[in-house]
Amino acid sequence: MKSSLPKRIFQAGLLGFYRNRTVSLSSVMILTITLFILTAFYFFRAIFDYTLVEIRDKVDVRIYFTGDATEDQMNDVKAKLLGLPEVKSVVFTSRNQAYADFKDRHANDQLTLQALDELGDNPFGASLAVQAKDTSQYERIAESLSTNSSLLGSSQSAIDKINYFQLKDSIDKLNSIIGWVNTVGFWISMIFIAMSCMIVYNTIRLAIFVYRDEISIMKLVGASNWFIRGPFIIESMLYGITATVLTLIISYPITMWISKKTVFFFEGMNLHSYYLQHFFSLAGLLLLSSIVLSGVSAFFAVRKYLKV
Amino acid sequence: MIYFDRVSKKYGSDSTVLENISLTINQGELVSIVGHSGAGKTTLVKLLLAEEFPTDGTVSFHSDDISKLKEREKTNYRRKVGVVFQDFRLLPNKTAYENIAFAMEAAGKHDDEIREDVPHVLELVDLKDKHGHFPHQLSGGEQQRVAIARAIVNRPEVIIADEPTGNLDPLNTYDIVQILKKINDLGTTVILTTHNKGVVDSLGRRVVTMENGKIIRDQKNGKFSM
Repeated sequence: MKSSLPKRIFQAGLLGFYRNRTVSLSSVMILTITLFILTAFYFFRAIFDYTLVEIRDKVDVRIYFTGDATEDQMNDVKAKLLGLPEVKSVVFTSRNQAYADFKDRHANDQLTLQALDELGDNPFGASLAVQAKDTSQYERIAESLSTNSSLLGSSQSAIDKINYFQLKDSIDKLNSIIGWVNTVGFWISMIFIAMSCMIVYNTIRLAIFVYRDEISIMKLVGASNWFIRGPFIIESMLYGITATVLTLIISYPITMWISKKTVFFFEGMNLHSYYLQHFFSLAGLLLLSSIVLSGVSAFFAVRKYLKV
Repeated sequence: MIYFDRVSKKYGSDSTVLENISLTINQGELVSIVGHSGAGKTTLVKLLLAEEFPTDGTVSFHSDDISKLKEREKTNYRRKVGVVFQDFRLLPNKTAYENIAFAMEAAGKHDDEIREDVPHVLELVDLKDKHGHFPHQLSGGEQQRVAIARAIVNRPEVIIADEPTGNLDPLNTYDIVQILKKINDLGTTVILTTHNKGVVDSLGRRVVTMENGKIIRDQKNGKFSM
Protein backbone atom coordinates (compact mmCIF):
# COMPACT_ATOMS: atom_id res chain seq x y z
CA MET A 1 0.00 0.00 0.00
CA LYS A 2 1.36 3.41 -0.94
CA SER A 3 1.61 5.95 1.85
CA SER A 4 0.53 9.39 0.66
CA LEU A 5 2.93 12.32 0.84
CA PRO A 6 0.69 14.39 3.19
CA LYS A 7 0.43 11.42 5.56
CA ARG A 8 4.21 10.93 5.62
CA ILE A 9 4.75 14.66 6.13
CA PHE A 10 2.21 14.76 8.97
CA GLN A 11 3.69 11.68 10.67
CA ALA A 12 7.23 13.06 10.36
CA GLY A 13 6.11 16.41 11.83
CA LEU A 14 4.39 14.70 14.75
CA LEU A 15 7.41 12.47 15.40
CA GLY A 16 9.77 15.45 15.16
CA PHE A 17 7.68 17.38 17.69
CA TYR A 18 7.86 14.46 20.12
CA ARG A 19 11.50 13.45 19.56
CA ASN A 20 13.00 16.96 19.56
CA ARG A 21 11.52 17.62 22.95
CA THR A 22 14.06 20.21 24.11
CA VAL A 23 13.58 22.39 21.04
CA SER A 24 9.80 21.82 21.11
CA LEU A 25 9.56 22.73 24.79
CA SER A 26 11.57 25.93 24.52
CA SER A 27 9.70 27.02 21.39
CA VAL A 28 6.32 26.29 23.00
CA MET A 29 7.37 28.28 26.10
CA ILE A 30 8.30 31.36 24.10
CA LEU A 31 5.15 31.12 21.98
CA THR A 32 3.02 30.69 25.12
CA ILE A 33 4.48 33.86 26.65
CA THR A 34 3.84 35.74 23.39
CA LEU A 35 0.28 34.48 23.10
CA PHE A 36 -0.34 35.25 26.75
CA ILE A 37 0.76 38.86 26.24
CA LEU A 38 -1.61 39.06 23.27
CA THR A 39 -4.41 37.59 25.40
CA ALA A 40 -3.70 40.11 28.17
CA PHE A 41 -3.94 42.85 25.56
CA TYR A 42 -7.25 41.36 24.33
CA PHE A 43 -8.61 41.55 27.89
CA PHE A 44 -7.23 45.03 28.37
CA ARG A 45 -9.07 46.21 25.25
CA ALA A 46 -12.26 44.56 26.51
CA ILE A 47 -12.01 46.34 29.88
CA PHE A 48 -11.17 49.59 28.16
CA ASP A 49 -14.07 49.34 25.67
CA TYR A 50 -16.42 48.47 28.50
CA THR A 51 -15.28 51.48 30.53
CA LEU A 52 -15.66 53.73 27.50
CA VAL A 53 -19.20 52.51 26.87
CA GLU A 54 -20.00 53.08 30.54
CA ILE A 55 -18.75 56.65 30.37
CA ARG A 56 -20.57 57.30 27.10
CA ASP A 57 -23.81 55.93 28.53
CA LYS A 58 -23.56 58.33 31.45
CA VAL A 59 -23.45 61.32 29.12
CA ASP A 60 -26.78 62.71 27.95
CA VAL A 61 -28.31 66.00 26.97
CA ARG A 62 -31.27 66.98 29.07
CA ILE A 63 -34.13 69.12 27.82
CA TYR A 64 -36.12 70.82 30.58
CA PHE A 65 -39.70 71.84 29.94
CA THR A 66 -41.41 74.93 31.29
CA GLY A 67 -43.94 74.46 34.07
CA ASP A 68 -46.87 75.08 31.74
CA ALA A 69 -45.71 72.72 28.94
CA THR A 70 -48.58 70.48 27.87
CA GLU A 71 -48.35 66.74 27.57
CA ASP A 72 -48.96 67.02 23.82
CA GLN A 73 -46.06 69.42 23.43
CA MET A 74 -43.75 67.17 25.42
CA ASN A 75 -44.79 64.10 23.40
CA ASP A 76 -44.32 66.08 20.21
CA VAL A 77 -40.76 67.06 21.20
CA LYS A 78 -39.97 63.45 22.16
CA ALA A 79 -41.34 62.10 18.88
CA LYS A 80 -39.41 64.63 16.83
CA LEU A 81 -36.20 63.85 18.70
CA LEU A 82 -36.66 60.14 18.11
CA GLY A 83 -36.97 60.96 14.42
CA LEU A 84 -33.43 62.39 14.36
CA PRO A 85 -30.89 59.89 12.98
CA GLU A 86 -28.28 60.87 15.60
CA VAL A 87 -30.54 60.03 18.55
CA LYS A 88 -30.15 56.66 20.27
CA SER A 89 -32.77 57.05 23.01
CA VAL A 90 -35.05 59.58 24.63
CA VAL A 91 -36.20 59.00 28.21
CA PHE A 92 -39.00 61.10 29.65
CA THR A 93 -38.93 62.08 33.34
CA SER A 94 -42.10 63.62 34.72
CA ARG A 95 -42.14 66.38 37.35
CA ASN A 96 -43.19 63.94 40.03
CA GLN A 97 -40.54 61.42 39.00
CA ALA A 98 -37.86 64.14 39.09
CA TYR A 99 -39.05 65.14 42.57
CA ALA A 100 -38.94 61.49 43.79
CA ASP A 101 -35.53 60.90 42.18
CA PHE A 102 -34.13 63.99 43.90
CA LYS A 103 -35.42 62.82 47.27
CA ASP A 104 -33.91 59.37 46.72
CA ARG A 105 -30.56 60.81 45.80
CA HIS A 106 -30.51 62.97 48.93
CA ALA A 107 -32.04 60.49 51.30
CA ASN A 108 -29.10 60.91 53.67
CA ASP A 109 -28.96 64.68 53.36
CA GLN A 110 -31.58 65.95 55.81
CA LEU A 111 -30.72 69.61 55.30
CA THR A 112 -31.44 69.48 51.57
CA LEU A 113 -34.65 67.53 52.12
CA GLN A 114 -35.80 70.13 54.68
CA ALA A 115 -35.09 72.93 52.21
CA LEU A 116 -37.13 71.09 49.59
CA ASP A 117 -40.03 70.68 52.00
CA GLU A 118 -39.96 74.37 52.82
CA LEU A 119 -40.48 75.22 49.18
CA GLY A 120 -43.88 73.58 49.46
CA ASP A 121 -44.39 73.16 45.72
CA ASN A 122 -42.51 70.75 43.36
CA PRO A 123 -39.78 72.98 41.91
CA PHE A 124 -38.75 70.45 39.20
CA GLY A 125 -39.86 70.52 35.65
CA ALA A 126 -40.40 67.54 33.38
CA SER A 127 -37.40 66.67 31.23
CA LEU A 128 -36.19 64.52 28.39
CA ALA A 129 -32.81 62.75 28.62
CA VAL A 130 -31.46 62.43 25.10
CA GLN A 131 -28.69 60.00 24.30
CA ALA A 132 -26.84 60.27 21.02
CA LYS A 133 -25.51 57.30 19.11
CA ASP A 134 -22.09 58.93 19.38
CA THR A 135 -20.85 61.60 21.74
CA SER A 136 -19.71 63.74 18.79
CA GLN A 137 -23.37 64.07 17.68
CA TYR A 138 -24.64 66.00 20.71
CA GLU A 139 -23.83 69.33 19.13
CA ARG A 140 -25.94 68.56 16.08
CA ILE A 141 -28.83 67.43 18.29
CA ALA A 142 -28.56 70.62 20.35
CA GLU A 143 -28.56 72.73 17.18
CA SER A 144 -31.70 70.99 15.97
CA LEU A 145 -33.41 72.02 19.18
CA SER A 146 -32.27 75.66 19.14
CA THR A 147 -34.68 78.49 18.45
CA ASN A 148 -33.17 78.97 14.98
CA SER A 149 -34.28 75.52 13.95
CA SER A 150 -37.73 74.83 12.53
CA LEU A 151 -37.73 71.25 13.81
CA LEU A 152 -39.94 71.73 16.85
CA GLY A 153 -42.28 74.41 15.47
CA SER A 154 -44.92 75.45 18.02
CA SER A 155 -43.56 73.00 20.64
CA GLN A 156 -40.42 75.13 20.88
CA SER A 157 -42.09 77.40 23.43
CA ALA A 158 -42.46 74.43 25.85
CA ILE A 159 -38.68 74.14 26.26
CA ASP A 160 -37.23 75.95 29.21
CA LYS A 161 -33.53 75.12 28.71
CA ILE A 162 -31.11 72.58 27.25
CA ASN A 163 -28.11 71.69 29.37
CA TYR A 164 -25.87 70.83 26.40
CA PHE A 165 -24.29 74.26 26.45
CA GLN A 166 -23.23 73.81 30.09
CA LEU A 167 -21.85 70.34 29.26
CA LYS A 168 -20.30 71.38 25.95
CA ASP A 169 -16.74 71.68 27.26
CA SER A 170 -16.86 68.32 29.06
CA ILE A 171 -18.37 66.56 26.04
CA ASP A 172 -15.78 68.09 23.72
CA LYS A 173 -13.02 66.99 26.08
CA LEU A 174 -14.47 63.46 26.27
CA ASN A 175 -14.68 63.35 22.48
CA SER A 176 -11.07 64.33 22.07
CA ILE A 177 -10.00 61.79 24.75
CA ILE A 178 -11.97 59.01 23.04
CA GLY A 179 -10.47 59.92 19.66
CA TRP A 180 -6.95 60.05 21.12
CA VAL A 181 -7.34 56.77 22.99
CA ASN A 182 -8.72 55.02 19.90
CA THR A 183 -5.79 56.21 17.80
CA VAL A 184 -3.23 55.24 20.46
CA GLY A 185 -5.04 51.92 21.01
CA PHE A 186 -4.88 51.16 17.30
CA TRP A 187 -1.15 51.83 17.10
CA ILE A 188 -0.44 49.89 20.30
CA SER A 189 -2.39 46.95 18.80
CA MET A 190 -0.33 47.22 15.64
CA ILE A 191 2.93 47.32 17.63
CA PHE A 192 1.83 44.30 19.70
CA ILE A 193 0.89 42.33 16.59
CA ALA A 194 4.15 43.25 14.84
CA MET A 195 6.17 42.30 17.94
CA SER A 196 4.33 39.00 18.24
CA CYS A 197 4.98 38.22 14.58
CA MET A 198 8.68 38.96 15.05
CA ILE A 199 8.92 36.85 18.22
CA VAL A 200 7.13 33.90 16.61
CA TYR A 201 9.21 34.13 13.42
CA ASN A 202 12.49 34.33 15.34
CA THR A 203 11.51 31.48 17.66
CA ILE A 204 10.72 29.22 14.71
CA ARG A 205 13.83 30.43 12.88
CA LEU A 206 16.00 29.48 15.86
CA ALA A 207 14.28 26.10 16.17
CA ILE A 208 14.91 25.40 12.47
CA PHE A 209 18.45 26.76 12.62
CA VAL A 210 19.23 23.75 14.85
CA TYR A 211 18.25 21.47 11.95
CA ARG A 212 20.12 23.27 9.15
CA ASP A 213 22.62 20.39 8.76
CA GLU A 214 19.85 17.83 8.70
CA ILE A 215 18.07 19.81 5.99
CA SER A 216 21.19 19.72 3.79
CA ILE A 217 21.53 15.95 4.39
CA MET A 218 17.89 15.46 3.37
CA LYS A 219 18.54 17.45 0.20
CA LEU A 220 21.61 15.37 -0.65
CA VAL A 221 19.77 12.08 -0.25
CA GLY A 222 17.22 13.26 -2.80
CA ALA A 223 14.35 14.66 -0.76
CA SER A 224 12.20 17.26 -2.50
CA ASN A 225 11.77 20.72 -0.96
CA TRP A 226 8.20 19.99 0.13
CA PHE A 227 9.13 16.64 1.64
CA ILE A 228 11.69 18.48 3.81
CA ARG A 229 9.70 21.61 4.49
CA GLY A 230 6.37 19.91 5.27
CA PRO A 231 7.31 18.22 8.58
CA PHE A 232 8.91 21.44 9.86
CA ILE A 233 5.72 23.36 9.07
CA ILE A 234 3.63 20.71 10.85
CA GLU A 235 6.04 20.72 13.81
CA SER A 236 5.88 24.52 14.06
CA MET A 237 2.09 24.47 13.84
CA LEU A 238 2.09 22.00 16.71
CA TYR A 239 4.17 24.49 18.73
CA GLY A 240 1.43 27.05 18.02
CA ILE A 241 -1.43 24.70 18.92
CA THR A 242 0.25 23.60 22.17
CA ALA A 243 1.05 27.20 23.09
CA THR A 244 -2.59 28.19 22.44
CA VAL A 245 -3.89 25.40 24.68
CA LEU A 246 -1.43 26.37 27.43
CA THR A 247 -2.38 30.06 27.14
CA LEU A 248 -6.08 29.25 27.46
CA ILE A 249 -5.44 27.01 30.48
CA ILE A 250 -3.26 29.62 32.21
CA SER A 251 -5.82 32.35 31.49
CA TYR A 252 -8.54 30.50 33.42
CA PRO A 253 -7.14 30.88 36.98
CA ILE A 254 -5.56 34.26 36.19
CA THR A 255 -8.81 35.86 35.01
CA MET A 256 -10.56 34.32 38.02
CA TRP A 257 -8.01 35.86 40.37
CA ILE A 258 -8.12 39.27 38.63
CA SER A 259 -11.94 39.26 38.72
CA LYS A 260 -11.91 38.71 42.47
CA LYS A 261 -9.41 41.51 42.99
CA THR A 262 -11.14 44.03 40.70
CA VAL A 263 -14.79 43.31 41.41
CA PHE A 264 -15.25 46.80 42.92
CA PHE A 265 -12.97 48.54 40.51
CA PHE A 266 -14.65 47.49 37.26
CA GLU A 267 -18.21 47.70 38.41
CA GLY A 268 -20.35 45.41 36.26
CA MET A 269 -17.36 43.95 34.39
CA ASN A 270 -16.25 40.47 35.42
CA LEU A 271 -13.12 39.48 33.54
CA HIS A 272 -13.54 35.78 34.24
CA SER A 273 -17.12 35.78 32.95
CA TYR A 274 -15.93 37.72 29.94
CA TYR A 275 -13.24 35.04 29.37
CA LEU A 276 -15.81 32.24 29.60
CA GLN A 277 -18.31 34.05 27.38
CA HIS A 278 -15.69 34.80 24.73
CA PHE A 279 -13.76 31.52 25.14
CA PHE A 280 -14.43 30.19 21.66
CA SER A 281 -13.76 33.46 19.87
CA LEU A 282 -10.54 33.95 21.87
CA ALA A 283 -9.48 30.32 21.33
CA GLY A 284 -10.24 30.60 17.61
CA LEU A 285 -8.33 33.85 17.32
CA LEU A 286 -5.28 32.50 19.16
CA LEU A 287 -5.35 29.18 17.34
CA LEU A 288 -5.71 30.72 13.92
CA SER A 289 -3.04 33.36 14.46
CA SER A 290 -0.55 30.95 16.07
CA ILE A 291 -1.03 28.27 13.40
CA VAL A 292 -0.78 30.71 10.50
CA LEU A 293 2.14 32.63 12.03
CA SER A 294 4.20 29.58 12.96
CA GLY A 295 3.41 27.79 9.69
CA VAL A 296 4.38 30.79 7.55
CA SER A 297 7.48 31.38 9.73
CA ALA A 298 8.58 27.76 9.23
CA PHE A 299 8.03 28.03 5.48
CA PHE A 300 10.39 31.00 5.23
CA ALA A 301 12.86 29.78 7.86
CA VAL A 302 13.39 26.44 6.06
CA ARG A 303 13.64 28.04 2.63
CA LYS A 304 17.00 29.54 3.50
CA TYR A 305 18.55 26.10 4.10
CA LEU A 306 17.01 24.43 1.07
CA LYS A 307 19.46 26.07 -1.28
CA VAL A 308 21.75 23.04 -1.38
CA MET B 1 28.81 7.78 -17.47
CA ILE B 2 30.36 10.72 -15.56
CA TYR B 3 32.32 13.29 -17.50
CA PHE B 4 34.38 16.19 -16.21
CA ASP B 5 35.17 18.32 -19.23
CA ARG B 6 37.87 20.94 -18.61
CA VAL B 7 36.38 21.80 -15.24
CA SER B 8 37.76 24.66 -13.15
CA LYS B 9 36.46 25.92 -9.85
CA LYS B 10 37.52 29.24 -8.38
CA TYR B 11 36.44 30.95 -5.18
CA GLY B 12 36.93 34.65 -5.72
CA SER B 13 39.54 35.80 -8.19
CA ASP B 14 42.68 34.35 -6.58
CA SER B 15 41.62 30.99 -5.12
CA THR B 16 41.63 28.21 -7.71
CA VAL B 17 40.53 24.90 -6.20
CA LEU B 18 40.21 22.87 -9.41
CA GLU B 19 42.04 23.64 -12.63
CA ASN B 20 41.16 22.25 -16.04
CA ILE B 21 40.05 18.81 -14.84
CA SER B 22 39.04 16.30 -17.50
CA LEU B 23 37.99 12.91 -16.25
CA THR B 24 35.70 10.15 -17.44
CA ILE B 25 34.27 7.53 -15.11
CA ASN B 26 32.64 4.54 -16.76
CA GLN B 27 29.72 2.47 -15.58
CA GLY B 28 30.69 -0.25 -13.10
CA GLU B 29 34.08 1.22 -12.25
CA LEU B 30 35.51 1.60 -8.75
CA VAL B 31 37.65 4.72 -8.80
CA SER B 32 39.74 5.96 -5.90
CA ILE B 33 40.51 9.66 -5.96
CA VAL B 34 43.51 10.32 -3.75
CA GLY B 35 45.45 13.37 -2.74
CA HIS B 36 46.53 15.49 0.21
CA SER B 37 44.08 17.73 2.06
CA GLY B 38 43.32 20.71 -0.14
CA ALA B 39 44.08 18.80 -3.35
CA GLY B 40 40.46 19.34 -4.52
CA LYS B 41 38.92 15.90 -3.86
CA THR B 42 35.98 17.19 -1.82
CA THR B 43 35.28 19.99 -4.33
CA LEU B 44 35.15 17.34 -7.03
CA VAL B 45 32.58 15.43 -4.98
CA LYS B 46 30.56 18.62 -4.36
CA LEU B 47 30.43 19.26 -8.10
CA LEU B 48 29.21 15.72 -8.63
CA LEU B 49 26.48 16.17 -6.00
CA ALA B 50 25.43 19.51 -7.53
CA GLU B 51 26.26 21.21 -4.25
CA GLU B 52 28.66 23.48 -6.11
CA PHE B 53 28.91 24.46 -9.75
CA PRO B 54 32.02 24.76 -11.91
CA THR B 55 33.38 28.17 -12.79
CA ASP B 56 34.43 26.79 -16.19
CA GLY B 57 33.75 23.54 -18.03
CA THR B 58 30.94 21.02 -17.54
CA VAL B 59 30.21 18.06 -15.30
CA SER B 60 27.84 15.61 -16.98
CA PHE B 61 25.97 12.55 -15.80
CA HIS B 62 25.21 10.51 -18.91
CA SER B 63 24.27 13.35 -21.26
CA ASP B 64 22.93 15.79 -18.62
CA ASP B 65 24.95 18.83 -17.61
CA ILE B 66 24.63 18.70 -13.80
CA SER B 67 25.02 22.45 -13.34
CA LYS B 68 22.03 23.11 -15.62
CA LEU B 69 19.58 20.84 -13.79
CA LYS B 70 16.43 22.50 -12.51
CA GLU B 71 15.39 21.98 -8.86
CA ARG B 72 13.14 18.98 -9.59
CA GLU B 73 15.71 17.44 -11.96
CA LYS B 74 18.43 17.93 -9.36
CA THR B 75 16.29 16.06 -6.78
CA ASN B 76 15.72 13.20 -9.25
CA TYR B 77 19.42 13.13 -10.12
CA ARG B 78 20.40 12.86 -6.45
CA ARG B 79 18.15 9.81 -6.12
CA LYS B 80 20.37 8.10 -8.69
CA VAL B 81 23.51 8.96 -6.71
CA GLY B 82 24.09 7.48 -3.26
CA VAL B 83 26.39 9.42 -1.02
CA VAL B 84 28.49 8.46 2.02
CA PHE B 85 30.34 11.07 4.07
CA GLN B 86 33.31 10.92 6.41
CA ASP B 87 31.16 12.23 9.30
CA PHE B 88 28.28 9.82 8.45
CA ARG B 89 25.66 12.61 8.40
CA LEU B 90 22.79 10.51 9.67
CA LEU B 91 19.59 12.19 10.85
CA PRO B 92 20.12 12.17 14.64
CA ASN B 93 16.45 11.93 15.62
CA LYS B 94 15.72 8.95 13.41
CA THR B 95 16.59 5.33 14.11
CA ALA B 96 18.85 3.31 11.82
CA TYR B 97 15.74 1.87 10.13
CA GLU B 98 14.14 5.32 9.75
CA ASN B 99 17.33 6.86 8.34
CA ILE B 100 17.35 4.27 5.58
CA ALA B 101 13.58 4.42 5.08
CA PHE B 102 13.83 8.21 4.77
CA ALA B 103 15.77 7.93 1.50
CA MET B 104 13.08 5.61 0.14
CA GLU B 105 10.21 7.79 1.37
CA ALA B 106 11.89 10.83 -0.18
CA ALA B 107 12.02 8.94 -3.48
CA GLY B 108 8.28 8.24 -3.18
CA LYS B 109 8.61 4.48 -2.71
CA HIS B 110 5.64 2.41 -1.53
CA ASP B 111 5.34 1.39 2.12
CA ASP B 112 5.42 -2.29 1.15
CA GLU B 113 8.65 -1.78 -0.74
CA ILE B 114 10.16 0.09 2.22
CA ARG B 115 9.14 -2.69 4.64
CA GLU B 116 10.76 -5.23 2.34
CA ASP B 117 13.96 -3.43 1.31
CA VAL B 118 15.11 -1.74 4.51
CA PRO B 119 15.54 -4.98 6.54
CA HIS B 120 17.32 -6.42 3.52
CA VAL B 121 19.96 -3.67 3.32
CA LEU B 122 20.29 -3.68 7.12
CA GLU B 123 21.15 -7.36 6.83
CA LEU B 124 23.58 -6.59 4.02
CA VAL B 125 25.53 -4.20 6.28
CA ASP B 126 25.13 -6.59 9.22
CA LEU B 127 22.98 -4.28 11.36
CA LYS B 128 19.70 -6.17 11.45
CA ASP B 129 19.71 -6.30 15.24
CA LYS B 130 20.30 -2.57 15.59
CA HIS B 131 17.50 -1.27 13.38
CA GLY B 132 15.87 0.56 16.29
CA HIS B 133 19.02 2.27 17.51
CA PHE B 134 19.49 6.01 17.15
CA PRO B 135 22.82 7.19 15.66
CA HIS B 136 24.18 8.21 19.07
CA GLN B 137 23.62 4.63 20.24
CA LEU B 138 25.81 3.23 17.45
CA SER B 139 29.60 3.11 17.06
CA GLY B 140 31.36 5.02 14.26
CA GLY B 141 31.65 1.91 12.12
CA GLU B 142 27.99 1.05 12.63
CA GLN B 143 26.92 4.59 11.78
CA GLN B 144 28.94 4.44 8.58
CA ARG B 145 27.32 1.14 7.69
CA VAL B 146 23.88 2.72 8.18
CA ALA B 147 25.01 5.59 5.92
CA ILE B 148 26.06 3.06 3.27
CA ALA B 149 22.76 1.23 3.63
CA ARG B 150 20.94 4.54 3.13
CA ALA B 151 23.08 5.27 0.08
CA ILE B 152 22.37 1.94 -1.63
CA VAL B 153 18.74 1.34 -0.68
CA ASN B 154 17.36 3.14 -3.75
CA ARG B 155 19.70 1.10 -5.97
CA PRO B 156 21.59 4.13 -7.31
CA GLU B 157 23.76 4.05 -10.39
CA VAL B 158 26.69 5.60 -8.53
CA ILE B 159 27.91 5.61 -4.95
CA ILE B 160 30.08 8.54 -3.96
CA ALA B 161 32.01 7.90 -0.77
CA ASP B 162 33.86 10.97 0.48
CA GLU B 163 36.58 9.82 2.94
CA PRO B 164 34.25 7.12 4.32
CA THR B 165 36.93 5.58 6.52
CA GLY B 166 38.42 8.86 7.77
CA ASN B 167 36.87 8.53 11.24
CA LEU B 168 37.16 4.75 11.61
CA ASP B 169 39.62 2.31 13.19
CA PRO B 170 41.41 -0.24 10.93
CA LEU B 171 38.92 -3.03 11.59
CA ASN B 172 35.91 -0.91 10.70
CA THR B 173 37.84 0.55 7.76
CA TYR B 174 38.33 -2.97 6.42
CA ASP B 175 34.60 -3.73 6.83
CA ILE B 176 33.54 -0.56 5.00
CA VAL B 177 35.97 -1.20 2.13
CA GLN B 178 34.67 -4.75 1.78
CA ILE B 179 31.08 -3.49 1.64
CA LEU B 180 31.97 -0.90 -1.02
CA LYS B 181 33.77 -3.58 -3.00
CA LYS B 182 30.73 -5.83 -2.77
CA ILE B 183 28.46 -3.03 -3.96
CA ASN B 184 30.77 -2.47 -6.93
CA ASP B 185 30.86 -6.19 -7.69
CA LEU B 186 27.07 -6.05 -7.95
CA GLY B 187 27.43 -3.51 -10.76
CA THR B 188 27.21 -0.12 -9.05
CA THR B 189 29.81 2.50 -9.94
CA VAL B 190 31.75 3.57 -6.83
CA ILE B 191 33.76 6.78 -6.51
CA LEU B 192 35.88 6.81 -3.39
CA THR B 193 37.92 9.75 -2.15
CA THR B 194 40.53 8.92 0.45
CA HIS B 195 44.06 9.49 1.64
CA ASN B 196 44.29 6.08 3.25
CA LYS B 197 47.12 4.24 1.51
CA GLY B 198 46.06 0.85 2.88
CA VAL B 199 42.54 1.19 1.50
CA VAL B 200 43.67 2.20 -1.99
CA ASP B 201 46.35 -0.48 -2.21
CA SER B 202 44.03 -3.22 -0.98
CA LEU B 203 41.48 -2.39 -3.69
CA GLY B 204 43.92 -2.58 -6.58
CA ARG B 205 41.56 -0.67 -8.87
CA ARG B 206 41.75 2.62 -10.81
CA VAL B 207 43.44 5.44 -8.88
CA VAL B 208 43.23 9.11 -9.80
CA THR B 209 45.79 11.22 -7.96
CA MET B 210 45.19 14.93 -7.43
CA GLU B 211 47.50 17.71 -6.37
CA ASN B 212 46.80 21.44 -6.11
CA GLY B 213 43.52 21.14 -7.99
CA LYS B 214 44.95 19.16 -10.90
CA ILE B 215 44.98 15.49 -11.86
CA ILE B 216 48.61 14.44 -11.86
CA ARG B 217 48.13 10.70 -12.37
CA ASP B 218 45.39 8.33 -13.55
CA GLN B 219 46.31 4.62 -13.28
CA LYS B 220 44.11 1.68 -14.16
CA ASN B 221 45.34 -0.70 -11.47
CA GLY B 222 47.07 1.87 -9.37
CA LYS B 223 48.65 2.13 -5.97
CA PHE B 224 48.72 5.04 -3.59
CA SER B 225 51.77 7.15 -4.32
CA MET B 226 52.23 10.84 -3.56
